[in-house]
Amino acid sequence: MQRLTLTTALVTLALPAWAEGTLNIYNFGLYTPPDLIEKFEQTYGVDVTLTEYDSNETAMAKIEAGGHGFDIVVPSAAVVPIYIEKGLLLKSDPNQMENFANVDPAWVDVAWDAGRAYTVPWVWGTTGVMVNTDVYKGDINTTAIFLDPPEELKGKINVVPSMNDVIDMALWSVGGEACTTDKDMLKAARDKLVAAKPFWASIDYASFEKFINEDLQASVFWSGAAMRIRAENSGFAYGYPKEGFPLWQDNVAILADARNVENARLFLNFIMDPENAAMISNYTGYGNSITGSAAYMTADLLAAPEMTIPDSAAAAAHFQQTCPPEVQDLYTRIWTDLTK
Amino acid sequence: MDAETLAARADARRRWGLAAPAVAIITLFSILPLGVVLVYSFLAPGDFGNVRWQLSFEGWFSVLFERDIFDDTISLSDAHLTILGRSVALSLATTLITLVLGLPTAWFIATRPLHQRAFWLFLITIPFWTNLLVRTIAVQEMIRSEGVFNRLFLWLGLIDAPIQMMFTNFAVLVGMAYVFLPLMVLPVYSAIEKFDFRLAEAGYDLYASRAYCLRRVILPMVRPGIIAGSILVFVPSLGAYVTPRIMGGGKSMMLGNLIEMQFGQGRNWPLGAALSLTLTALVLAALIWYTRLTSGGRRNG
Amino acid sequence: MADRAFDTRRLPGATVLALACFVILYIPMVILVANSFNTGKVIGQWEGVSLHWYARALQNDAFLAAARTSLILASLAALIATITATMAALATTRSRGFRGEGTIHIVLNQPIMVPEIVLAIALLIIIAQIKQATGYTGLGYLVIAHSAFCIPFAYMPIRARLEGMDLTLETAAADLYAGRLYTFRKVTLPLLAPGILAGFMLAFVISLDDVVISDFLKSPGQDTLPTYLLGELRRNLTSEIYAISSLLLLISVLIVAGSWLLTRKKT
Repeated sequence: MQRLTLTTALVTLALPAWAEGTLNIYNFGLYTPPDLIEKFEQTYGVDVTLTEYDSNETAMAKIEAGGHGFDIVVPSAAVVPIYIEKGLLLKSDPNQMENFANVDPAWVDVAWDAGRAYTVPWVWGTTGVMVNTDVYKGDINTTAIFLDPPEELKGKINVVPSMNDVIDMALWSVGGEACTTDKDMLKAARDKLVAAKPFWASIDYASFEKFINEDLQASVFWSGAAMRIRAENSGFAYGYPKEGFPLWQDNVAILADARNVENARLFLNFIMDPENAAMISNYTGYGNSITGSAAYMTADLLAAPEMTIPDSAAAAAHFQQTCPPEVQDLYTRIWTDLTK
Repeated sequence: MDAETLAARADARRRWGLAAPAVAIITLFSILPLGVVLVYSFLAPGDFGNVRWQLSFEGWFSVLFERDIFDDTISLSDAHLTILGRSVALSLATTLITLVLGLPTAWFIATRPLHQRAFWLFLITIPFWTNLLVRTIAVQEMIRSEGVFNRLFLWLGLIDAPIQMMFTNFAVLVGMAYVFLPLMVLPVYSAIEKFDFRLAEAGYDLYASRAYCLRRVILPMVRPGIIAGSILVFVPSLGAYVTPRIMGGGKSMMLGNLIEMQFGQGRNWPLGAALSLTLTALVLAALIWYTRLTSGGRRNG
Repeated sequence: MADRAFDTRRLPGATVLALACFVILYIPMVILVANSFNTGKVIGQWEGVSLHWYARALQNDAFLAAARTSLILASLAALIATITATMAALATTRSRGFRGEGTIHIVLNQPIMVPEIVLAIALLIIIAQIKQATGYTGLGYLVIAHSAFCIPFAYMPIRARLEGMDLTLETAAADLYAGRLYTFRKVTLPLLAPGILAGFMLAFVISLDDVVISDFLKSPGQDTLPTYLLGELRRNLTSEIYAISSLLLLISVLIVAGSWLLTRKKT
């Protein structure tokens, strides 16, 4: 028995970890459609290993430390410049790829990767508030949902520990700007958060089921996640806070020390195909940036209010920024103050 | 040089040889990395994580003190002290709860007739062998809003609305006590089991009082087990990460979570390193205290 | 009054508390298993009894791969830890004191003094450098890292057993001019076996339980069961989690039962 275990183990250890035809993808959790991976594997005969992370910070810490073994990572727009500056990404020139023509021109000359020399769009979405409208009938298009909660929701609110999103939203609600160096504004935002905290149930990546079960009745949440919850419990609705809310895009990039560069390139080209991009949207509930993909999207998705920012809210949308290090430091200290 | 010294040296060499593999593995994969943490605690944080190779005491300073975010006045760090205090208090409480439940349980098992003992031990070994996460999931199901307790209380009419128990210190404590309970029972049991009950009988025959017998004969024998159990519970409690994360929901942070945060979202590795060493020092202090406690009673045996 | 000095009546509350303890330990697990048979997708909404989620779990490649990794990792780490810890225990017990004994003792106990999260961060930094330098990204790192923090757990029961062991038999064997190795094999080892088994079991469990270190050190595709479960738990609390948890529970029961049968045959 022991000998058997040992033999198995030795065989496993001896196996080359980098057999031909593999691809290691590092992406946020519940963000990669299994059918997309399966299709890619079958099309190219490549064996895909998916590893998931929970935040940009976690991913960056692991990648920066080196020796991670990943080929592909999916950073948010706000952190792409940091990746590039640190030399963590391969200049893979996706703009030269066959399917690049499908990319919506509006998403090509972006601030974080002008002309798309490093990254390919994955999906874009917003961070807003999600509320069970059976429990609370009032206006949900406001950050007051979590910063000055109505009686019905007190103690039933979750806040996703997406530090920058939450502090940005608090800053907008007190009349400030994201990544501001104005200490009075930062102080006001912190005070507001600290005062609201007693009314929150958790600061967590709460599982969808906690809302579907109505353990929790409201959350600062991402639009696609809110849509997936609404599909299971129609009481929930997604609000676009009028004080301001973050708009973001996550991007697929090849890592500088990738070992399966060719397969990674195949993947980048693969997801710029409209049908494949639609698979991503159908699964995640977020919009992609590939023209022609709408034809393959489900009717539910196309009609989803979480997918389209209403005109009335458009002015309040702010694209997520990269804060300078000294501001990021203040954010962290506010966050520690909040979560202590 | 006499033969005895030579023999002693040969004995020492043989013993060092035997211990060498274990010592080498631990040195390379536990002590050396800790040295790296020590070095990192004296460096400056990099802009987006990692470190800059520049001597700095800011990491250590920030463990207990903070410069006000807004006007730079120095004060004790309320946030860190709260988390520190909570970690120690919850760990002590966990140890106490597991001891109160675990000691009688171990005693109960050890005093069963031999053929029954296996069965009871089997019952303790199963949760002990069951994954920590699985057990955290199980205990979460008990106390969440739509969980077993709330439904039961609602059904019994004791409450009108579910009580929010998750994401509180209470939830973290319940989770840790539940998860670490078997870690207390087993070492205590093995101490009691080793105990030669004829000794106590002898004590009884010599007309020693029950209390005297308990204190002078049984306790010294069981004490190593209690201490081992307490160490096995207290140490992982203090550094706990997974259970407080699930049960505390990011609102009831413990030191482990604070440290992890510095290496992730916080992007302050030197502070994380200094906090790590602080945590390690706390554990060490507890262990030294335990050792002191034990060496008093054991020598006269 | 009983004339046997040590029946449990001597600690009157013990039985009640002990039974309460078993109830506390088991009720959550029983409810967990019951939930795993729920047909409904969402936990807590009962829609009938079926094995639906078990079928799902057993077709889930990621779960199966994680199970395999965990089993290999825990077996190897526990094996290395137990062998080295047994040697170390022999080195540090029943001596009249030798130079460096204190040092060895401190080193062997060091990993339990270091919280998992601290070790995880520290190992990440070092092992990342090694991975870059050597290009090897296999399971070896996890095995050796797990071995390191498992050694003290294997060491404790083995040492305890050695210390409590009667020297008479060994002395007798030595008096009969049995060789040191022969004495060890025929006398010491059998007496020590329960301690070694306990040490192995403890090390195995400690390795199997680890989340943080594995999570920080794993290379792609090296998810262990705990890291896989943690990932699932974060956002996807379907009844499949309960099915997987129940399967783990079942495996625990089987292994414990197996090891009981094994040890009972020997004694």
